[in-house]
Amino acid sequence: MEILEIFLTASFWTAAIRIASPLILATMGELICERAGVLNLGIEGIMVAGAFVGWFGAYIGMGLWGGVLLAFVVGMLLGLLHASMTVSLGLSQHVVGLGITLLATSLTYYAYRVALPEVTSPPKIEAFQPISVAILAYIPILGPALAEQTPLTYLAIATVLITSFVLYRTPLGLALRAVGENPSSVAAQGLSVLGLRIGAVVVGSGLMALGGAFLTLSAFDSFFFGMVNGRGWVCIALVVFGAWKPHKAFLGAILFAAFDAFQIRLQQSTIGADIPYQIFLMMPYFLSIAALVVMSRKAEVPAALMVPFYKGER
Amino acid sequence: MRLEAIPNPSLSRRFLPPILALIATVFVASFLAMVAGGNPFAVLGLIIKGAVGSKFALLETLNRATPLIFTGLAVAVAFRAKLWNIGAEAQLYSGAIVAVLMGTGALAWSSPALIPAMIICSMSAGALLLLIPTLLKTRLGVDEVVTTLLLNFIFLLLVSLLLEGPLKDPMGMGWPKSARLLAEARLPRIVDGLRLHWGFGIALIAAFVIWIVNTKTTFGYAMRAVGYNAEAARYAGMPVNLIMMQTALLSGGLAALAGFSEVAGLKGTLTLDLSPGFGYSGIIVAMLALLHPLGVVVAALFVAGVFVGADSMSRAAGVPTYLADIMLATALLLMVVAVLLTKFRIMRD
Repeated sequence: MEILEIFLTASFWTAAIRIASPLILATMGELICERAGVLNLGIEGIMVAGAFVGWFGAYIGMGLWGGVLLAFVVGMLLGLLHASMTVSLGLSQHVVGLGITLLATSLTYYAYRVALPEVTSPPKIEAFQPISVAILAYIPILGPALAEQTPLTYLAIATVLITSFVLYRTPLGLALRAVGENPSSVAAQGLSVLGLRIGAVVVGSGLMALGGAFLTLSAFDSFFFGMVNGRGWVCIALVVFGAWKPHKAFLGAILFAAFDAFQIRLQQSTIGADIPYQIFLMMPYFLSIAALVVMSRKAEVPAALMVPFYKGER
Repeated sequence: MRLEAIPNPSLSRRFLPPILALIATVFVASFLAMVAGGNPFAVLGLIIKGAVGSKFALLETLNRATPLIFTGLAVAVAFRAKLWNIGAEAQLYSGAIVAVLMGTGALAWSSPALIPAMIICSMSAGALLLLIPTLLKTRLGVDEVVTTLLLNFIFLLLVSLLLEGPLKDPMGMGWPKSARLLAEARLPRIVDGLRLHWGFGIALIAAFVIWIVNTKTTFGYAMRAVGYNAEAARYAGMPVNLIMMQTALLSGGLAALAGFSEVAGLKGTLTLDLSPGFGYSGIIVAMLALLHPLGVVVAALFVAGVFVGADSMSRAAGVPTYLADIMLATALLLMVVAVLLTKFRIMRD
């Protein structure tokens, strides 16, 4: 009974949505890249960079929203680096993506050490506080949990709606989806395949950095090493789980986060006391692998994912 | 902008871009050293001195290169067949766990029996660990990049669990580390009095064997064919999935040897910080070596030198040691572009 009661508390779902927020932002970023045909394995490093830069912006007095903006810009720059190598030059998306993750992570750690050489414990900032949006409480089930979140969570949810709208209801979205399925058809229309792909990777990477910034500006109030801790890779799994569709990926992120919130509470319960805590910490990773196994069979992968486009080539 | 293949690349065309990539890497490092308040010439000098400047430094670099040769080979073998094994870190730890399980007193064998048995069992553990994601890939179409990456996180937690539970050293004063390996289970030093263990020798042998396999055997040819064009290989009647699985067994086994050699050769015990990311650095090693097994040895020595040199530079000049990681990631990205430029010309249109 104790286990079931966990699911019935509003604080549980509030925590689940909070845990889901960075995943939602970064998953939308990855989804946009992949729908345009580019696998972005830079995600983990871009999230690390976003987490640090967002926090640093607030720390040096740019304000919280200044930090958010700075993270977005840095994410876009890393995306531009990724796109210029994978899209313009058609280099291996695996190697370049991992290279960007290594580069962004090490640059971030270096910058942290250079900017704050003397600190022993990470300095704190005044992070985003929950704002009360009373009207949301009327939504059934998730309503009360939605009504008490920080502004970045609302931004994450808005990102899902905007991504979904742009992808399925605008000419730009049609072109983006086509560029991930059949780039030659887009080129035949006189549109720039490379331009569309570069744009998608740049904007998508900006969103990944926002996902990272959520961790330092909203979930916690300081930056520490290893704080992204594989969330980027989880997001790649969530894109597959969501079958490359924004609303399904969103639900996947909520489910994943609910499970994460659940295992944290289970650790603290009487049942969890006898089980090594590492087992609980492993569960989200196992869950991601399980989600991939279940969904990969029938997944409609964008047909041109990881296929570089060379102009004039049939 | 478009790429145009160069039919007969000249000598300068083939060698200039990679050399320029390395020079550019040094420029990036110098700039960042200046940002941190260091003198770039002094910083670079300290890195070189720290890597090869004394007998101690040189031996340290060779020791550090040992696991990198293994993980570099593991990645090179897998990437050549387009099997994206990013899980060398987990496979490394699986080999280390087996080394501890067998070497701390469970088997009362003498060295000539125990060490080969440990090598075989470690390799099997790593091989089986990579076989799972590979089977998921060939049977169910599950992307192996994410599954192998996630297994890294799972295995670090598993090692932490084992070190706080069943494998915890009762004499460890509460530290999360395993009991020490018996003397019979330790790899001896290559030369008496020099701090370099036989793991380095095994790594060189492994690189040579992989080179022979790649160039002289049908299996090597099959791995390349699958990587170059899996559809064509299948059309030619090659058992592509089987070759993929054999590649996985080889790659996982090689990565596990890194863990075995660190435990049995260098440290003598298993701790949570056994590998400071050797699995990930193996990707850099393999790419800098252009996936060539003998190149892996050279690249591993270079990468190890940068790490060891940066450690000692950091102590002397106060520039953060992460400069090494930046240099290597930069070198990786620039090298990928440089290799493209050896074969293609970038044209404006």
